[in-house]
Amino acid sequence: MRVHRTKVARWGLNIYAAFGLIYLFVPIGWIVWFSFNQPKGRFNLVWQEFTLDNWRHPFSNENLTDSFVESVKIAALSTLIATVLGSLIAIALSRYKFKGSAGLNLFLVLPLTTPEIVLGSSLATLFLDADVTRGFTTVVIAHVMFQVSFVALTVRARVRGFDWTLEQAAQDLGASPLRTFWRVTFPLILPGILAAALLSFALSIDDFIITLFNAGSLSTFPLYIYGSFRVQFPPQANVLATVILVASVSLMLIGVVRSSRRDVRAG
Amino acid sequence: MAATVVESEQGSRARSGRHVERFGLAALLVAGALVVLLGARVVTGPVVIVVTALLFATIVSLVVVAVAGGPEARRQLAPYGLLKPGMLWLALFYLAPLFTLLKQSLSTLPSRFAVDAEFDWNFGNYADALTDFGGQFQRGFLYAGVATVLCIVIGYPLAYVIAFRGGRWKNSLLGLVVVPFFTSYLIRTIAWQSLLADSGPIIGWLERFKLTGPMESLRIMDDGRLLDSAAAVIGGLTYNFLPFMILPIYVSLEKVNPALVDAAKDLYSPSTSAFLKIVLPLSLPGVFAGTLLTFIPAAGDFINAEYLGNPNTTMIGNSIQDQFLVQNNTPLAAAMSFVLMAIITVAVLVYTKVLGTEELA
Repeated sequence: MRVHRTKVARWGLNIYAAFGLIYLFVPIGWIVWFSFNQPKGRFNLVWQEFTLDNWRHPFSNENLTDSFVESVKIAALSTLIATVLGSLIAIALSRYKFKGSAGLNLFLVLPLTTPEIVLGSSLATLFLDADVTRGFTTVVIAHVMFQVSFVALTVRARVRGFDWTLEQAAQDLGASPLRTFWRVTFPLILPGILAAALLSFALSIDDFIITLFNAGSLSTFPLYIYGSFRVQFPPQANVLATVILVASVSLMLIGVVRSSRRDVRAG
Repeated sequence: MAATVVESEQGSRARSGRHVERFGLAALLVAGALVVLLGARVVTGPVVIVVTALLFATIVSLVVVAVAGGPEARRQLAPYGLLKPGMLWLALFYLAPLFTLLKQSLSTLPSRFAVDAEFDWNFGNYADALTDFGGQFQRGFLYAGVATVLCIVIGYPLAYVIAFRGGRWKNSLLGLVVVPFFTSYLIRTIAWQSLLADSGPIIGWLERFKLTGPMESLRIMDDGRLLDSAAAVIGGLTYNFLPFMILPIYVSLEKVNPALVDAAKDLYSPSTSAFLKIVLPLSLPGVFAGTLLTFIPAAGDFINAEYLGNPNTTMIGNSIQDQFLVQNNTPLAAAMSFVLMAIITVAVLVYTKVLGTEELA
């Protein structure tokens, strides 16, 4: 009897968890499915009939396309800056023991524990106060601000188990500190940095709240969707969202496969 | 007093090392403070030139000491040099804005249509924020709180199953949990609007399985509708922040040694008490981190309330957004932002004290 009961409980829990996973995927399925919809009118919210037209003309909505390109540009630039700044912080925090590291660590977490609306509105008051016109540059600045902490913490978590005595070994063998960094340290922490860069790219391209406060008249992909939702919701939005999804999932899969191969080789 | 020569020599080297370290930290902190002063425009006029000169002086002196001090000093100063660019960015674009936000919240708009507010210690904005928007504050925290609890209820078992029963599918399952992150947040919420609509698939399902009655009595449905309700807003918040709950719980569960559970079972502990006494306490840091990562963004959100709610379910985020960007009443919006941040900071501090976990990230 007892065995029977635990078996039921076991499967009950598994099924409950499966429902949780399904819950996570219902809207994702909707986004992909509705990219094949032929909506009546301007709103792609009610299923009509199946079509491939939206995929044949993914860029037919010019404003949407422009804002999408803008988002990619912003994400690329801000990710580049944030990855450099954040990785330097991560190396400092994990490589060295130094005075004040605990306090600086805490300071690094603060932007992540501040609601986005506070980050966005406070930065906007800074630009208002300094009479800076909000646009492309201010959005990049804003994105770098929240990405730096994110990159630093992610890279730090990934290099936690790193064997820093390897650097010592290289230097004992006569390598200069700079050469040691580029030939030993950097290649070893690179996978962690790339993973952090990928995630922060995704954060930037999808950021809405902070961007809304600091964009001025600039339109990014989320801002365009938000601004135009009162009058239209084109199926091309679903197409582009699906493209982002497929691209990032494939990048993630490549990362997983590569790291598991490395594990196999190492193990 | 029995210090040998060797020890005192080491002592003096350590002491000079400590001086260099102290200098590095001081240079970093002073530079940060100066950047905040400049960014928040606390100093104006000719003082700006003085402060800028001081800022350059701290950076130059750091370089000079590192170059002149030899390899030992360079090693000691390296972390501060590495931290500087990123930390100064945060000082200028995270810390300084909090000052300008505070300043803005104490300012007055000279007229209804003015853009530039004047700083005059106007505490009236705070009075307005709390009296006119008390309901939005309450709803914001209430909805975020309920959504956080729901995230634990849905997310914990899911994280548990992945961590302990995932086997070789563990990484793939975890990858699935992260997938929603890679689709647009706005479009995900619009998806719920379409799914929950009166003619949408979910109402159709509920009707087919005769579940509308129970849903009505649970107050999830009202008059045969799901959309435009508090329940829909909370459901959307739960959905959007669920991965933030699952990931940290999973990380803490992964660290639990299964041998501990086996040992408890060998000692005839029933599996429920093995769970309650071993696994659950060890996973609390994850629940703690997940709660913060869910509650904080949820409390400031306005998209879910805008797309899934009605005018009576607006949260404080909606009011801040509306006052700042639509009504152009920046001082009032700044005051609300500041109150929101203050309440969350206090709540986090109390929560940290009660649960006492240090590991946040």
